[in-house]
Amino acid sequence: MTGSATSSTLAILDEDFDAVLNSWLSTQGNEGLTRSDLFSDDEGRAHTAALLKAFAQGVRDGVTGEDFDLKGDAWIDLRSVLSEITRERVRIGVEATDMAAFVQALKSTLFTRLRQRLSDQPEKLIDEVWLITRVVDAFALYTTEIFIAEREQVIDRQRIEMLELSTPVVELWDRVLTLPLIGTLDSVRAQDVMENLLEAIVRERAEMVIVDITGVQTVDTQVAQHLLRTASAVRLMGAECIISGISPKIAQTMVQLGVDVGNVSTRSTIRSAFNEALDRLGYGIVRHSNV
Amino acid sequence: MIREEGKLVERISLRSDRDVARARRVVTQAMDKLGARALGRTRFVTAVSEIARNAVVHGQGGDISVFSHDRSKQVSVICEDGGPGIEDIDTALQDGFTTGRGLGRGLGGAQRLCDVFEIESTPDTGVTIRMAVNI
Repeated sequence: MTGSATSSTLAILDEDFDAVLNSWLSTQGNEGLTRSDLFSDDEGRAHTAALLKAFAQGVRDGVTGEDFDLKGDAWIDLRSVLSEITRERVRIGVEATDMAAFVQALKSTLFTRLRQRLSDQPEKLIDEVWLITRVVDAFALYTTEIFIAEREQVIDRQRIEMLELSTPVVELWDRVLTLPLIGTLDSVRAQDVMENLLEAIVRERAEMVIVDITGVQTVDTQVAQHLLRTASAVRLMGAECIISGISPKIAQTMVQLGVDVGNVSTRSTIRSAFNEALDRLGYGIVRHSNV
Repeated sequence: MIREEGKLVERISLRSDRDVARARRVVTQAMDKLGARALGRTRFVTAVSEIARNAVVHGQGGDISVFSHDRSKQVSVICEDGGPGIEDIDTALQDGFTTGRGLGRGLGGAQRLCDVFEIESTPDTGVTIRMAVNI
């Protein structure tokens, strides 16, 4: 054992586990990482203890010679404990830098003890400090990766929630619906839009549907295809579809792109589309006095 | 013709619709910076959207790099995908040609919407498309 590159660290962790744990915790405290507003001291202690135990396990089995592979089986405990803690802390609002600092705080604790133990073997001390530095740094990086992955999931979830919010079908008038589209119309969203719209047609017994694309910046062939498909599905439901809000620049671009709208009605503004819809249903807007 | 070396504005890896939207945004900003007019911008951004989407749908993803050519007032992009390549480029550029369920206008349409359009395809490295617009 004494020959291995991490023997002193392992001995320290074996003999003084509780002392190392306490010292790690107090370093966290000194650096302002024990967020009593977000998690209790007991929780912090439990997390730290689980992590230290998994760390000792990893160092014992996972460091061969001067090498270690974080993705290896020996580190599986540490990885899972770390990702669990990270996920939990992301949810309650701990920052990525705090998470990394929390892992890094283990270094000073271990190094103080290594220095005492290896005071007469400076070369071994440097070797072991270097190795432990690499391991702890690698894990600090790993927490950051989890952190980012977790954030991206949150962003994705919010995006999906926003998508649902952003396809409102509005009843403008008796049997007239409008669907104002804003932003981009990718395949997922186009599917949502279509479903919402077709259900609303049944529910409201609509006969005219105005799909307004004033807020859509780019109409490429995929968007055009989604719009034309929506229009033909609306027609299959027995209603008429008018696509409104086609700006001059989008009209010119669509022509050059070679998109043919066929027999789908289009209007440049939602106002003229609404007028057309009322007209076809036999309504008219009349000014009733000379105010 | 691309008249001078461009300055890389951003390189976006293309995996999903979200990345296509991002490519559109970056190109829009680069063109706005050089004072592009609305119509020219809509045309080129539509072409970029078309090509970036092709990379996602047919090319198993890829990369798109956006360049700004400040002196010659051009914006260009290079889009590389990792797909099987295009067997016959001339046919693929014709309107109405499609391998899937699309409208079959994308590639030819994109070509009509830019000032420079170069396409290269090899079975090993996929499709590389270089496009530019004069502002």
